[in-house]
Amino acid sequence: MSIIEVSHLTKYYGKARGIVDVSFGVEKGEIFGFIGPNGAGKSTTIRLLLSLIHPSSGGAKVFGKDVVTQGTEIRRDIGYLPSEVYYYEGMKVIDLLKYSASFYPGDHTQRMRQLADAMELELNRRINDLSYGNKKKVGIVQGLLHSPALLFLDEPTSGLDPLMQRKFFDLIREENARGVTVFFSSHILGEVQRLCNRVGIIREGKIVEISDIRTLQQSNYKKVHVTAEGLTPGAFELPGVTNVQVENGTVHFFFKGDINAVLQRLSSIHVTDVSIEEPTLEEIFMHYYE
Amino acid sequence: MNANIFRHEFRARLKSVAVWSVSMALLIIFFFALFPAFADQAELMNEMMANFPAEMRAAFNLDKMNLATVLGYFAFLFMFVQLCVAIQASNYGFGLVSIEEAELTADFLLSKPVSRVEVLSSKFLAALSSLGITDLVIWASSFIAIISFRGQRDYEPRTLLLLLFSIVIFQLFFLSVGLVISLLVKRVRSVTPYGLGLGFGAYVLSAFSGVLGDVKLELLTPFKHFDAAAIVTNSAYDMPLVLLNVGITVIALAASTWLYLRRDIPAVS
Repeated sequence: MSIIEVSHLTKYYGKARGIVDVSFGVEKGEIFGFIGPNGAGKSTTIRLLLSLIHPSSGGAKVFGKDVVTQGTEIRRDIGYLPSEVYYYEGMKVIDLLKYSASFYPGDHTQRMRQLADAMELELNRRINDLSYGNKKKVGIVQGLLHSPALLFLDEPTSGLDPLMQRKFFDLIREENARGVTVFFSSHILGEVQRLCNRVGIIREGKIVEISDIRTLQQSNYKKVHVTAEGLTPGAFELPGVTNVQVENGTVHFFFKGDINAVLQRLSSIHVTDVSIEEPTLEEIFMHYYE
Repeated sequence: MNANIFRHEFRARLKSVAVWSVSMALLIIFFFALFPAFADQAELMNEMMANFPAEMRAAFNLDKMNLATVLGYFAFLFMFVQLCVAIQASNYGFGLVSIEEAELTADFLLSKPVSRVEVLSSKFLAALSSLGITDLVIWASSFIAIISFRGQRDYEPRTLLLLLFSIVIFQLFFLSVGLVISLLVKRVRSVTPYGLGLGFGAYVLSAFSGVLGDVKLELLTPFKHFDAAAIVTNSAYDMPLVLLNVGITVIALAASTWLYLRRDIPAVS
């Protein structure tokens, strides 16, 4: 069953573009990654699905309900972690979390405590006194405490240290194992690859690609830099090598395919330095433009 | 109406309500404490007033007030109470939904399972209750002041009640008009300048309409709809003007609801 169905969704802010003709679906129980550079329309899409803003044309359904007319019912089963967390300053963490829980039927105190423990969040501090990362934790607990069936995470890891990021990912995986569907927006490809089953790539308001994470990884380019004496660009004439550039005795190129082919070729050269890295998201987008 | 939002909003405004209420109570009691002195020197006072320029007397409504009577003096004082109430209510109106947007908590609230109508009505009723507390304090301190300092001078309690009750409708006007303006502009970054602007603006408009005489600017401002001197003189409201006031309030509220339901909540930028 489709949890999210977006069809030809378009949003203009006056004349400024938000998103244009975006269509995709998210199935129950999957972790859907939504990646794109800043300003591509990731937040706009999430805000449309939460009815924080209204579409210019097209529409979307969540849990089979229309986001414009049935937003209130939809939000009953949604948890949302905004990219920037700002909460009523002057309130204590515990009061804010209780305020948040009060909107959902039932008692959520126990789960609130569990989540706060897991994220090492002190409940009795004032929100004003919290660091950015700690505010983010408040956001995480707030988004999860009512056990929603669908989670919207908008760039959730910014501000969290690596240890906390890992705990957070574990938490999301746990939720997912219980059947929670996750919509994960990010501009960091690595974390999306670690967590998601499927990804949608958005650029300048338009969906460029929707694919399985494995397909994306297989088609993934590696960026290779090799430094060695007497190196010529011709040394790496292999299928899958593109964009060869030589600079001060260093050869740079992109490689797509089985990385072992490059390693074998490297082993026959006496190199002074080698690096093989993930291309940046921008470089991957370049690929989608070719 | 959502009880959680109501409670939260009401609590958030408690400090402001306390400051406004105490200030107004002090204003009323200290201002009225001077009444015996004024009344005793009534001849002298009225002579001195007569020497003021006519425009100034008109601006402060002094030509219509007899400061030697309890309610004449109270009406003079009441203009300042109205000004304070106008600024307070405008502040609450401008801040009703804009503070959440400026402090970026609107995302938090509106991603909860509540409808926009519930959000707006809960916030509005909470602001109204906050203003109600201020009203109770104003009413109590007015009675205390008058009972303590009126001496042997009589007054018409019915007229006083008319005057005191008028601030409820008066506040509703500023609350609603502030709200609708805050929804018409793209983003309210700071509430105070807007609140002061609307409150003082309406007062100045009324003062000038007194000076200019013929121009019908008074149709727009609650300070004329509920002209304290006129209420005391006539022992009655000017009904057409009151209906006009209520009409503007109703339109502002209807427009606010319409705008808020269609509003795009601005994102963090």
